[in-house]
Amino acid sequence: MSISKLLLSAATVIVAASGASAESHLADTSDKQIALSNNYAGNSWRQAMLTSWEEVTGGAVADGIVAAADANTTSENQATEQAAQIQNMILQGYDAIVINAASPTALNGAIKEACSAGVTVVSFDGIVTEPCAWRIAVDFNAMGQKQVEYLSERLPDGGNLLEIRGLAGVFVDDEISAGIHEGVEKFPQFEVVGSVHGDWAQDVAQKAVAGILPSLPEIVGVVTQGGDGYGAAQAFKAAGRDTPLIVLGNRQDEMLWWKEQNEANGYETMSVSIAPGVSTLAFWVAQQILAGEEVPKDLTVPFLTVTQDTLEESLAATPVGSVANANYTLEDAQRVISEAKGAK
Amino acid sequence: MNFLSRYRILLPVVSLTVLLAATFYMQPRAMSYFGVNLLFNLAVPIALATIGQMMIIMVNDIDLSVGAFVSLVACITATLLNDNPMLGVLVLAALVLSYAALGALIHALDLPAIVVTLGMSFIWGGLALFILPSPGGVSPDWLRSLMTVKPPLIPMAVAASILIAGVTHVLVIRSGIGTVLRGVGGNARSVGRAGWKVIRLKALAYGMAGLFNVFAGIALVGLTTSADANIALRYTLLTIAGVILGGGEFVGGKVSPVGAVIGALTLTLAASFLSFMRLSSDWQIGAQGAVLILVLTARLLFTRRARAS
Repeated sequence: MSISKLLLSAATVIVAASGASAESHLADTSDKQIALSNNYAGNSWRQAMLTSWEEVTGGAVADGIVAAADANTTSENQATEQAAQIQNMILQGYDAIVINAASPTALNGAIKEACSAGVTVVSFDGIVTEPCAWRIAVDFNAMGQKQVEYLSERLPDGGNLLEIRGLAGVFVDDEISAGIHEGVEKFPQFEVVGSVHGDWAQDVAQKAVAGILPSLPEIVGVVTQGGDGYGAAQAFKAAGRDTPLIVLGNRQDEMLWWKEQNEANGYETMSVSIAPGVSTLAFWVAQQILAGEEVPKDLTVPFLTVTQDTLEESLAATPVGSVANANYTLEDAQRVISEAKGAK
Repeated sequence: MNFLSRYRILLPVVSLTVLLAATFYMQPRAMSYFGVNLLFNLAVPIALATIGQMMIIMVNDIDLSVGAFVSLVACITATLLNDNPMLGVLVLAALVLSYAALGALIHALDLPAIVVTLGMSFIWGGLALFILPSPGGVSPDWLRSLMTVKPPLIPMAVAASILIAGVTHVLVIRSGIGTVLRGVGGNARSVGRAGWKVIRLKALAYGMAGLFNVFAGIALVGLTTSADANIALRYTLLTIAGVILGGGEFVGGKVSPVGAVIGALTLTLAASFLSFMRLSSDWQIGAQGAVLILVLTARLLFTRRARAS
């Protein structure tokens, strides 16, 4: 071993020790390699996800926390291709593979191969059902409930709600909607008097809301699924009705509208969605597993909530046409892990 | 002509060898029993589907429904065949028969196969969604153990490829009926004049294609352990490329089963090679195309030279 290598490894030990001083039982991961297997990069959410990955893992590699963290996206969004990609990663000798999967089930064979080769597999967003893999899933039901909870704080007297749903027949839409209705049961002062499908798109939402508005009584709040809040606001404005409390979904246009309203008439609301940076949470979870931390197989993604206090900051950090993002840190991952342990 | 038929198989073999050597150079870890199996196990269903495609190209047609059909078979395998093996086998047999019927229909009504199979791909896709609306299902245990079997000395993927190539070589090149079937691609009219019922031969070719596609779907589920209605959509183009890469031609009944299997292996390996090279995914499809063009250009050059001499 040359002097420079010796110094380098000494430096990494120091960095690792200072980073994990409270977690002294954890092993050093500075020689471990982590790969990202991603199935699709064709929308702004996925692009933000990959950018976050590069930012956070680039820093982690520079700090010597891990040896490598390469991102790989399949050229076509196909399960068979991703399965081959995962098998290649096993051959390349990665210690952990972080996956956003093309299919919850069709990669199971390849993932089983990875597990039996001693590779740690962490799936997020597009999760996999293979039991040997870790899953970082989104609790869409809770996202629905949270909206009604917020409304109950702001409007203790209750009133009529309008629900904007997503794309019919998609699992996410059913889950969020179920959460909203469970929330309404918990806070019976609210009643959902109308429900339309906005397909997570501003223009569709605007048309749908404009269509149903004339038949509705006074609306105090609008519960949404993200990507539809701005359209709803425009529909209310066009109909000449008072703007109700619209829960937003972290899109840039929604936050911009919120800021303008706030400056004009003190409008306040909240905005909630999943940050594309969840890829970095998966990275830290994989790192923690490699370090020997006991991690439950099922974890839940924390929501990214934008409040009046954080609005300016979030809006400034979000590119036009994109969605608010957050990069996760090692501490965030440790908190998620300990929460999941506590829930058991 | 003798020379021509000899290097027809030579070129695919050379391309595979060169690519394999380059892969081993890039990733020495792949040069092991375990590594070779991981490199090639997903090529086994592709090889089977490529043989299916070859059966159809052999009679001068082309099958654009392979991907959707293999996906449908995968869905049936992960559900019906697992829960109720009798019913599953019956349904799969019915699918093979419907392929044969399709071949007869295309010949009887003189329909363009490209249009009929494109239309059928939507029917297969719809049926797959009907059987398995959301991804899931379970591979039957016997199938999983078959596809993960570890034979001594040579890995499953290699053994299976040799077996597929050997069996289909006997079937298509050596046997009498295989020769007649290739004759249908060469000159259907003279085969008809010689007393063969061309409609039956076409049905036979399509039926065999259906059979190999069914095997492909079953093998795929054995590897993935469960199915998805879109699992094999890429197979349509991969199989056509595999047949051509393996020395087959679109017309004239000039096909090579051994070449087709090698073509399927080469395509699979090309994708792995590119990812070992850490090539950005944006370039990978283009690079895959470039590999294909390179091999075809080489073939064209050889053919021209052979004709000139």
